[in-house]
Amino acid sequence: MFLELLIILAKIFAIILPLLLAVAFTTLLDRKVWAMMQLRKGPNVVGPFGLLQPFADGLKLLFKETIIPAGANKGVFLIAPVLTFTLALIAWAVIPFGDGIVLADINVGILYLFAISSLGVYGIIMGGWASNSKYPFLGGLRSAAQMVSYEVSIGFVMVTVLLCVGSLNLNDIVKAQETVWFAIPLFPMFVVFFISALAETNRPPFDLPEAESELVAGFQIEYSSISFALFMLGEYGNIILMSAMTSLLFLGGWQPISLFGLLDWIPGPIWFFAKTFLVLFTFCWVKATVPRYRYDQLMRLGWKVFLPFSLFWLVLTAGFLVTFDLLPVKG
Amino acid sequence: MTVTALVFYLFAAITVASGFMVISARNPVHSVLFLILAFFNAAGLFLLLGAEFLAMILVIVYVGAVAVLFLFVVMMLDVNFVELRQGFLQYLPVGALIGLILLVELLLVFGSWSVLPEAGNLAAARAPDAATLSNTDALGRILYTQYLLPFQAAGAILLVAMIGAIVLTLRSRPGVKRQKISDQVTRTMETAVEVKKVQPGQGI
Repeated sequence: MFLELLIILAKIFAIILPLLLAVAFTTLLDRKVWAMMQLRKGPNVVGPFGLLQPFADGLKLLFKETIIPAGANKGVFLIAPVLTFTLALIAWAVIPFGDGIVLADINVGILYLFAISSLGVYGIIMGGWASNSKYPFLGGLRSAAQMVSYEVSIGFVMVTVLLCVGSLNLNDIVKAQETVWFAIPLFPMFVVFFISALAETNRPPFDLPEAESELVAGFQIEYSSISFALFMLGEYGNIILMSAMTSLLFLGGWQPISLFGLLDWIPGPIWFFAKTFLVLFTFCWVKATVPRYRYDQLMRLGWKVFLPFSLFWLVLTAGFLVTFDLLPVKG
Repeated sequence: MTVTALVFYLFAAITVASGFMVISARNPVHSVLFLILAFFNAAGLFLLLGAEFLAMILVIVYVGAVAVLFLFVVMMLDVNFVELRQGFLQYLPVGALIGLILLVELLLVFGSWSVLPEAGNLAAARAPDAATLSNTDALGRILYTQYLLPFQAAGAILLVAMIGAIVLTLRSRPGVKRQKISDQVTRTMETAVEVKKVQPGQGI
């Protein structure tokens, strides 16, 4: 009993510590990729190639003074960044890194991920409201509307994938992609999922909640020092999570590329990391390339384009599977 | 006392406490936040029962969507909630009556079970064997076979309610300039740019 608890704790640390490191280096990756696309060098002073930059930033934020605005709702103001950060971490409990290498192999893994990612909005909306100031409030409201809108199409994309798998378990979803990755037969859904993931994580071109040209910094204005750092870490944690989800749902997770079994000797976790990194790079790439959407265009894209399209594709997939008798049947 | 029982009492205690805070918190936003906490702990109770599908759906639907809209509305409304509470006690008899009816009904159900354990078998749909089916499967099987018609009817009613809400709130005001994407995209050089020959010293 006590030993089991200890083992679970060790597993949790084995996930969280590399994850935090990954979050730190993702901030660097983001800036480096962005800089290279603009023919700049990016951070290159602290450590070799600027590798120690994230730690310098973290230390700087840690030693700054925490400022709580006089009119702020103190409790909610302080809970909001902690909530964002925690939610970004706990989602990793169900992510399979290799065949069966997972902390909690639950039956409803994909629903758990969906539930946790839909909770991310609370950190932002609470932070925006508790700051008791105009710009954060507007940022919080925008983000609430945006995330709720794009969740709908993410949900439909997930249901489409689940139709092809016949199970809600993430390990089963990866196993079902042994012959062909879902990115190929469900390519349109892959694109919809990727764009919705950008919107869900408030990344450019959908970074309306913090749009600095209109809202200064949106919900983050009043935050400083460690509470700001927690928001930032949570945001990047969510970005890595969404990349991991994309690779699990559409790029075959830990399945190797099947070159007649030539590449099968590379272990599963490495494939998983490579695919996640690829999606992560695309996230940074998009940030450097595309200008920000206008707010009404964002809403139009979510409700009038993605929602009908993903619904149509869901019905089409179901019809196809039923017609050709390909529905996965269990039990 | 087993771990399960301990966890149950933890979840149950937090659910009841946060439920109480929902109706007693002064700030309406705090009320909604406590409501979310109550939802969460209810989901935890579902998990303890082994109903993981229901637990996740509870979080997704109520916490992820409904409560966000609640929070949205409560933050935007400029209602003086303290004033609203002035006549709070006059609703006490009605509330107490509803609570009493619910309590009696629950007692009836529970009583029939404890007096006559076979009563559980009289239910219209038997519970499927939990060992062979995951509860997502089991729920889907019952919902889409035996209860297909009520399920579809519920969906139709929700659709009607949604259309009704849109019809009630949709106003088409004259004189509002809307962006027409198709018009913008179909513009050509000829319709967009007017080339004029300007004579020197005259202007247009």
